[in-house]
Amino acid sequence: MADSNNHNSLPRFRIAPVFMFRWEESQQAFVLMYPEGIVKLNTTAGEILNRCNGLNTLSDIVLELSELFSEQPDFIEPRVRQFLEVCHGKGWIQSES
Amino acid sequence: MAKAGSNLNLDGQGNPVWLLLELTYRCPLKCAFCSNPTDLAAHPDELTTAEWKSVIRDARDMGAMQIGFSGGEPTLRKDLEELVAEANALGYYTNLITSGIGLTRKRLEDLKQAGLRHIQLGFQSSNPETAHWLAGVDCYDKKLRIAREIKDLGFPMVLNVPISSLNIHQVPEIIALAADIGVEYLELANVQYYNWALVNRDQLMPTREALAMAEAQVADARKQLGDRMTIFFVIPDYYEGRPKACMNGWGSIHLTIAPDGMVLPCSQARTLPGLHFPNVRDHDLGWIWHQSESFNRYRGDDWMKEPCRSCTEKEHDFGGCRCQAMLLTGDAANADPACSKSPHHHLVREAVARAGATRQDHRMLIARDAGWHPTEG
Repeated sequence: MADSNNHNSLPRFRIAPVFMFRWEESQQAFVLMYPEGIVKLNTTAGEILNRCNGLNTLSDIVLELSELFSEQPDFIEPRVRQFLEVCHGKGWIQSES
Repeated sequence: MAKAGSNLNLDGQGNPVWLLLELTYRCPLKCAFCSNPTDLAAHPDELTTAEWKSVIRDARDMGAMQIGFSGGEPTLRKDLEELVAEANALGYYTNLITSGIGLTRKRLEDLKQAGLRHIQLGFQSSNPETAHWLAGVDCYDKKLRIAREIKDLGFPMVLNVPISSLNIHQVPEIIALAADIGVEYLELANVQYYNWALVNRDQLMPTREALAMAEAQVADARKQLGDRMTIFFVIPDYYEGRPKACMNGWGSIHLTIAPDGMVLPCSQARTLPGLHFPNVRDHDLGWIWHQSESFNRYRGDDWMKEPCRSCTEKEHDFGGCRCQAMLLTGDAANADPACSKSPHHHLVREAVARAGATRQDHRMLIARDAGWHPTEG
């Protein structure tokens, strides 16, 4: 978990209240549920959204993902950023400074 | 409900994903487009609280993730809060599909406490008089009050407005009302012609011109409202020429339990003659879903006749709706006559023509009621 003292002003991401996000054992995947709909997420998408808990900034998520998938943060960062933008566009996540 | 299929971009890998509980057929409204059976009084024996809980658990064990509490009017069940709490604890996304009649601020708070995630409120019109004609009772003010209470408590909300000849000209006003209430989703669902709606088909069906105008009005509103509200406009299949991908296929992801415990691939299916649908009181839910003859009858595509069998679209629309094929052609294995490739498509065209030639007058609507019997063959 990130140290919150040194990036107080950076946006932190969380799942928008309309959505319910959780692990679904029967699908062996993270799912995002909303009125009359379900999205099953692939592994990386699920791991990114699982870190949108209202506490993590982009760099926190990048750091954790780079450890999880043994990739360089420089490689991960643009991909995470792009996915978060897509999620934001779909209304799945919200950001708070 | 015989919708074009819920918004699901995953399959159940052979298991149900969507569980719809029709808790009761009782309802304070008498909607002329109701999708409940026309022989309402023939199924009075509702499952007990313990029986519903057992269904909820069994379906969750099978993989169901979305649960809808519907009816009839589900709030007439005093154990609704208890059932919602059970479903929420098991990890379902809980949806309440209600007319709003029977809801109070207190009950909404209790449902929120129980873990209810979303409310779909049925609404008839932006005009109190039209709403009265369609619902058969005076309910507009009460519904509007409850809509505002639902938003006040922060529930995500779908306003579901069945569209027919009586309210299609009000689409801009309905959109404005939904935006004013602050709903996230507005579903303008053209009435589909089953059960009570089929009884009233000539009176309810809008003209092609009215539909085209409503579609253009929806497109305009989408531009103006942007992200504020999502508007779904469910096209009536009679005009489409293409059948709807009904329930994402028979016994594919949808599981419906009728008030008396009968297990159905969709809520319309109990009217299909020649099929014996099992009851949760007699059989294990897993056996019913996987093994029973009725759930396997139209699963996959082995049952298909021509033109479906050799059709390139069969994996997208599954031959349309089995119930509509039965109701209009007399054989559920026929292609849905809404499809322009169906040899029975003329039946749909004739129904459209007949409705077009009918002098549509709200006083001719037959209100949903127990004890009704058709007087014509």
